[in-house]
Amino acid sequence: MTRPDLLRVEGVTKTYPGVVANSDVSFAISQGEIHALLGENGAGKSTLVKMIYGLVKPDQGRMTLRGASYAPVEPRAARASGVAMVFQHFSLFEALNVAENVALGMENPPPMKELASRIRAVSQEYGLPLDPARMVGDLSAGERQRVEIIRCLLQDPKLLIMDEPTSVLTPQEVDILFKTLRQLAAEGTAILYISHKLEEIRALCDEATILRRGKVVATCTPRERSAREMAELMVGATLTPPARAGGNKGVVALEVADLSVASPIPFGTSLKNVSFRVAKGEVLGIAGVAGNGQDELLLALSGEVKAARDAVRIDGAGIGDTDPTTRRKLGLVAAPEERLGHAAAPDMSLVENALLSGAVRQNLTRNGFIDWPATERFAAAIVADFDVRTPGTQVAARALSGGNLQKFVVGRELSQSPSVIVINQPTWGVDAAAAASIRQAILDRAAGGAAVVVISQDLDELLEIADSFAALNEGRLTTPRPVAGLTVDEIGLMMGGAHGMEVAHHGH
Amino acid sequence: MIGGIDPALLISALMVASVPILLAAIGELVVERAGVLNLGVEGMMIMGAVCGFIMAVQTGSALLGFVGGALGGAALSLIFALLTQVLLANQVASGLALTLFGLGLSSLIGQSFVGIRPPSTGTVPFGPLADIPFLGRVLFRHDWVVYASVALVAATWWMLKATRMGLILRAVGESHDAAHALGYKVRKIRVLAILFGGAMAGLGGAYVSLVRVPQWTDGITAGAGWIALAIVVFASWRPWRALVGAYLFGGITVLQLNLQAAGARIPVEYLSMSPYLITIIVLVIMSSGRGKASLNAPASLGKNFHASR
Repeated sequence: MTRPDLLRVEGVTKTYPGVVANSDVSFAISQGEIHALLGENGAGKSTLVKMIYGLVKPDQGRMTLRGASYAPVEPRAARASGVAMVFQHFSLFEALNVAENVALGMENPPPMKELASRIRAVSQEYGLPLDPARMVGDLSAGERQRVEIIRCLLQDPKLLIMDEPTSVLTPQEVDILFKTLRQLAAEGTAILYISHKLEEIRALCDEATILRRGKVVATCTPRERSAREMAELMVGATLTPPARAGGNKGVVALEVADLSVASPIPFGTSLKNVSFRVAKGEVLGIAGVAGNGQDELLLALSGEVKAARDAVRIDGAGIGDTDPTTRRKLGLVAAPEERLGHAAAPDMSLVENALLSGAVRQNLTRNGFIDWPATERFAAAIVADFDVRTPGTQVAARALSGGNLQKFVVGRELSQSPSVIVINQPTWGVDAAAAASIRQAILDRAAGGAAVVVISQDLDELLEIADSFAALNEGRLTTPRPVAGLTVDEIGLMMGGAHGMEVAHHGH
Repeated sequence: MIGGIDPALLISALMVASVPILLAAIGELVVERAGVLNLGVEGMMIMGAVCGFIMAVQTGSALLGFVGGALGGAALSLIFALLTQVLLANQVASGLALTLFGLGLSSLIGQSFVGIRPPSTGTVPFGPLADIPFLGRVLFRHDWVVYASVALVAATWWMLKATRMGLILRAVGESHDAAHALGYKVRKIRVLAILFGGAMAGLGGAYVSLVRVPQWTDGITAGAGWIALAIVVFASWRPWRALVGAYLFGGITVLQLNLQAAGARIPVEYLSMSPYLITIIVLVIMSSGRGKASLNAPASLGKNFHASR
């Protein structure tokens, strides 16, 4: 290939107090190329693209764009140079409409009416239907991403950065996104694609730069490598998939029948007639695109939101209208998705956080007084069993990295000898090795006779650990089906298909 | 005359009575739309009242008095901006402290001005318009600040709805992280909004000491700042509704005064506490459950922003 280099990054280094985010990183991306940036959480991908987008300044090294020196001081400057970015956690404003959101990402937006018609035109051209007048808070995750992409496209970018764009999409939506990206690349736009999903990268990207602990460890052509090879480059170790014991299921432990609750979350999704049963020793995997009722389901099961008495039963006894403490006593533990502020109190120590959910089942209080030595032993046991990397148990929860805190809060629930386990996003933001150990721990509890509900947006994870599979779509749950024999297409349809997206029809 | 109360006089009086809370509420509305909760409105109002009064007395010009009031309010709000935007102090605590500080400081610097009469703020001459029966008395016999306050409501509404500046302000209040990711200067925008809120509260305070009362005494604003805060919630952060809210509360204040004057058989104390009671009742109703008010609130309201990542 003799396409000219569009962006060249040479020897870029960025250090945060205590962490080297990027160390001497170099790579180049040419016009019309789809270049993958591959690495685990914390490998330095995000920091690197933030430097390219002008959000962070590199300590050392230089970048050149089309041969000229490139050092954006702010995103505005990056956008002016033709660099656009679609964020991992959407940079959207829920209470503003689509056109207003697009206008905020532009330098000199045209008047609203003209902008609305341009949004319609571009969305038609790239097969991303979108109504400019709709409130973003009412849109699905896939639609929100379209807003971000259209915001970038309206500025006619030369380089489009996409940070983990598919984590919130159904398989069908992913297909359509890839078609749009290929079309853009064919038109000469370079795309920097950040992901840790290897099959996607093999399907889409021309080149890949693999980062590990802030350093470039390899460059390869993804089509010529197997996913396993790339995974081992990324992790730097051989991976062992979790082992599962044979499925001898017991009696039904958790039964949910016609569970309907209004969402307590602004712009949330209410649950509508959700029904399922989980037997002792069974793992039920619940998939779904973010914002389709996952948070609400966890709240209704944990007891933070109350429902009708018989909508939730443990071992046949109705508990739908009881509080979390009562449910804990009966053996139900829950680990929510949001680590800071929901699963853990950020400014309290690990010991105190261990007490908050463990007091009931671990007998950590006596006559209203806290048994601190026992609590400390409990916290220390979690830290040891789940390999939580922390200087000690008196450290504030906030001080732990996301992955380590995740290990702690999941470990805290799993360590309470529960009979029913509900977990939302068990391995969100956790590196591959730790994720494998969390999954193994979940399977071990199931093998020990616990009924497990795992809510996750990671399909591979669900297919790996679940016995049966269901999907949440706009607050409704599909009928659970055995995982064995499910195809990806069927799963996609269960998750709600492509939400009315259509394939790009432009450039003929 | 209805029950000893003249309706034209009542409406015209309520427009005047509402000006201080309306000005302060519009200022606070902009501050809260930018995602900052400044509970120091009362303190900024009374600083505006005392600074405006001193300025007007020293220069002999009511107009300069209002300028001084706005500057006094803005100066006090600068402390709040420093505490919450630079030092990242808790907004609720800082706001309450600001009110207490403002009350104390105003009483200190106003000591030698007690009992003086400020220069008067003349009515705008509308000529024959003022002689129209009823309407003329209601609408065309006010001082310029009354008209300016309505114009400011319109300007704020238009700014928030139709201008890029307003869009950016709302975006910052909605999600400061997203606004930062797009490259907007969250802190700068919020500091400017806080200064605007301070100036408006100061203007409202100056109106109390220069027109409404007109003299200087300690604690002259008498809780108007808190009513202004309540009006912002009542208005669900929309400027025109703030105007309705301010006139409603102004109306209650004037009505209770008129009822007292007309010799109504309700103890005076109940009448005087009625505006505050109604403030509390309105706030409870508006924020009960998942009312529309709580949904309309700027999502980042009261949260401090730190560009850590």
